[in-house]
This record gives sequence, structure tokens and C-alpha cells, in this order.
Amino acid sequence: MKRERSIAMTIFNYYTLAVALFVVFFPIYSIAVGAFKTQVEYYQSGLALPDNFFNLENFKRVIDIGDLGLGFRNILIILAISVAGNIVLGTMVAYAVGRFDFKLKKAIMGMYLVAQVIPMVTTQVATFSVIQSLGAYNTMLAPILLYLGADVLQIVIYLQFVNSIPKDLDESAMIEGASLFKIYRSIIFPLLAPATATLIILKSISIYNDFYTPYLYMPKQDLKVVSTAIYSFIGPNAAQLNVISAGILIIFIPTVVLFLFMQRYIFAGVTNGAVK
Amino acid sequence: MFNFSYKTQRYLILFGFLIIPVILSLTFSYYPAISLLYYSLTDWTGLGWDMNFIGLDNYVEIFTKPEVFSTLKNNLYYLGGGLVQVVFALYFAVILTGKLKGRNGFRVALFLPYVLHSVATVIMFKNVYHMEYGSLNTLLGALGLDSWQQSWLGDKRIVNFALAFISMWKYMGLNMVIFIGALQSIPGDLYEAASIDGASGWQKFRYITLPSIRGVLELMLILTLTGALEAFDIPFVMMLGANDTSTFVIHTVNTAFKYQNFGLASAMAVVLLIMVLLFIVIQRKLLFREGRSE
Repeated sequence: MKRERSIAMTIFNYYTLAVALFVVFFPIYSIAVGAFKTQVEYYQSGLALPDNFFNLENFKRVIDIGDLGLGFRNILIILAISVAGNIVLGTMVAYAVGRFDFKLKKAIMGMYLVAQVIPMVTTQVATFSVIQSLGAYNTMLAPILLYLGADVLQIVIYLQFVNSIPKDLDESAMIEGASLFKIYRSIIFPLLAPATATLIILKSISIYNDFYTPYLYMPKQDLKVVSTAIYSFIGPNAAQLNVISAGILIIFIPTVVLFLFMQRYIFAGVTNGAVK
Repeated sequence: MFNFSYKTQRYLILFGFLIIPVILSLTFSYYPAISLLYYSLTDWTGLGWDMNFIGLDNYVEIFTKPEVFSTLKNNLYYLGGGLVQVVFALYFAVILTGKLKGRNGFRVALFLPYVLHSVATVIMFKNVYHMEYGSLNTLLGALGLDSWQQSWLGDKRIVNFALAFISMWKYMGLNMVIFIGALQSIPGDLYEAASIDGASGWQKFRYITLPSIRGVLELMLILTLTGALEAFDIPFVMMLGANDTSTFVIHTVNTAFKYQNFGLASAMAVVLLIMVLLFIVIQRKLLFREGRSE
């Protein structure tokens, strides 16, 4: 009786998983096949597989129309600088807060916590004027400055790792006369590598996927990034659905590849952050 | 700096390592939040730096013009979607922490939508929901369910559900993984002891799992609520807020940048900020009180 029930449960679980997988993959499947179809084929063949998987015409067209090359180049520059800055600033804060006791420690941690509660979207109006008065409007500096600040999740993940590094390491280095900066550079920073891997992925994905910041702060044509480039497809000069499908597919690829290779780190980072 | 005493080095490190992050946080989080309060009391257009202090006029306008708050009802769709999504996320997290063949593969697959580019995802759904050529209607046709075919984005009664679904589709996997993290931290012997006492699966879930993941559940509900209040990308990219899909934030952004009324938009942002904080406080109070009585 009990056994039968657990078999029924297992079947039910697999059944719901199958439904979930269908819901997740159906939209992706439909644009993936659409991307390889000619226009006539697209409008006639429904969900069938494309006649020719080597029909790359749509991909060529969308890269041209959407200026995707430019979009990828710009986002890469922004990503490289902001993520590098993030790592440096995040590890520095974690080292300072995790290793030393000082008066303002609580205040600084509290500051990051409260900042997290302020919804970003609400303060955009005022942030906009800060960016404008710094002369960063319509330059790559705007998103870089906005992405650079360490957020609380980042500090929590780094702090956890800093706390797990034994203090004896620092002390024996000090006996040998190493400076505190040297301890950060040659002991703490390298040992934070696993946390850094998690952060690189999570930050890269969120910056790559962000639409709001580049849309508001860099409307200039030469500064379009992948997000704003794809957004312009659906404007007045909208292309055909098959061409748009190709564009969507190209834009999906980088993060999917990154995710599939690094999923171990992503899951470890997200789950560790959640338990805390 | 290598010749300084450790005491001096400490000051140098603390100052040097913290000054830039603190300045960034003050400049891009706190200064905007405070100046927002000031702008909300002015008639600033956002074009020059001319602004006149007009007191609470913007707030009066918000609370007397019904169209500002009417957009909030569209946020309710995202809230509903968010709650349904939390339930699904918890369900899949529970079965994917259990003994199930291929659970890692399922985790990866269900998380996938979260990493997909957000704007491209919305446009993908635009193709899926397309009235004539969309794959959803095509699928329904192929299954012989022609009568279920809809104008998903054209029908005012359906469009907001269609949009809220995209957000569920995208974020379910993230919530699931966060739940999995919490579930994994529950010691296994609790479940063993319960099994020995003859507890059913549901009883184990009710009396062990739920109380153990309470903190994460609470966090998730706060995120769902604030996320629903801040819904922006999906309706904006898909519809530009047309066809009665405008949310509170779309209305705020349009007021600021399209209608050049930064003062009024700031006041709206302050109202939203207060709503978010209020919900967080209420929710914490409610959940904490319940926690004490247990």
C-alpha cells in the first residue's frame, strides 16, 4: 500500500517535471526552428523543423540590421571594466570588514543593507541628475559607474569566504614581516577565487541582460549594447518574425554557454547566499 | 607603506579599502534617495536646473488624480503570478532535493530561463503570442484546441496575464535554486526521526520543511511583493505600456522622461518607495508575531 503510493508519487513528480520542461523549452524551440526558416516557410510551416538547418540568411541579416557586432563590442568593454572593478572593490570591502574591528564597521554593513532595500527604479530620476552632473551621460562611464558599486549579496558571499580563511595564515605572514596589503594581495585575494568565479558569472549575466541602464543613460547610436540593439528591432523598422527569431537566438547564446560551463559555481553561489 | 607600523597600516588599509566603495554607495544610492525627496517638492522639468519649490503640490496631484493609482491594479497581475511562481518553485525544489534520477539535469533546465537575455526573452514571447503566426496558437490549432486560440496581446482581459506569465517563466528557476539551498541545509536526521515516528510525506513537509525554510520563504515573499510593485521591463518592452498594461513604474518613467515632469515623477517614486517599505515592515511584523506564538 505504502509502496504503491510512493510509486504513484514518483510518477506524478516526473509527470509535473515533464510539463515544466515543456513549458520552459516550447518558446525556445519555436524561435530556434523559426530562425532557420525563410520568410514564406516561417508563415506556412508552423512548428515543423526547418527545411534547411544551414540557412543562415536570417542570422546575417539580423547582425547587419541590428548592428549586433557593435552591441557585443560595447557590452564587452562595459562588462570587463565593471566586473573587474567589482571584484577589486568587493574583495577589499570583505577584507577590511572581515578582518578588522573598527568603529564604523556596523555602520558600513548597515549602509549596504539599507541600500539594498531602496528600489533602484524609484531613484533613477535622481540618479539621472547625478550622472548628468558628472558629465557621464551618454558615455560608457555611466553604466560602469552604476554597475561598479558593491552590492550586499556580493559582500555577503565574499565575507563568508573571508571568515572561512584561518586567521593563523595572516598571523604567520605578519611574523615574516608581510604588510597588511601584501596579506590581502597574496593570501586573501587568491583564496577568494571560488567566490569570485560565482560573482563573475552572476554579475556578467545581470549586466549583459540589463536593459534599463543603457536605455536611459546611453541613448547614443554608437553606444548601443546588445539589450538596446535588440530593442530597436521591434521599433518601427521591425524585421520579419523569422529574422527576429535569429536575433533572439544569437543574443541567448553567450549566457547559455557561460551558464552550462559554469552552472556548478552559479548554483553553489546562489544556494550559499540563500542559507545565510 | 611597507615600513609603517601595523597600527598605521591598519588605518591606511581601512581608509584606502573602504573609501571608494563608500563614496560610490553614497553617490549612487543615498544621494539620489535624498535628492528625490527634494525634487518631489519642486516643479523641476529635468531640462535645465530651474526648479521652484512648490511644497506638497505633486503629492496632492498624485492622490487626487485617479489615473496614477489605477496603474497599480496592473501590478496585481505580477503579484498573483509571483505568488503562484513561489508555490511552483517550492514544489520543484522539494522534489529536486529528494532522490530522483537526473535531478541535476532538471535543475539546470529549469534554471535556464533566468540566464536568458531579458529583452530577447520578451521579444521571444511576442513571437509566441503572435495572433496569426505565434507558436502558441499554432500549437493549440495542432492539438485541435482551436477554440482556445486567443489574441493574447490584443485582448485587454488576457494581456496582463500573458505578460505576468513571462515573469513566472523567467524567475521560477531562480527561486527554485534558492529554495534548494535552504532545503539542503536541513539536517537529514530530522526526516529520519520523523519517518520512524510514522510521519507521512505531507506531515514531514508541514512540520519540518516549512518551519526550517521560513526565513527564505519570507525573503521570497518580500522579493515577490517588491518585484511586483517594480514591474517594468516586460510590459515596457512588449507593449510600451499600451492596451492597459502600464504599471506604476512605467507611468513614473514616462512622467519623468516623456512628459518632462521630474518633480511629479520624483513624488511618484517616493510614494512607491514608501509603499515598498511599508509592505516590508507589515510583512516582517506579521511573520514575526506568528513566529513568537509558535
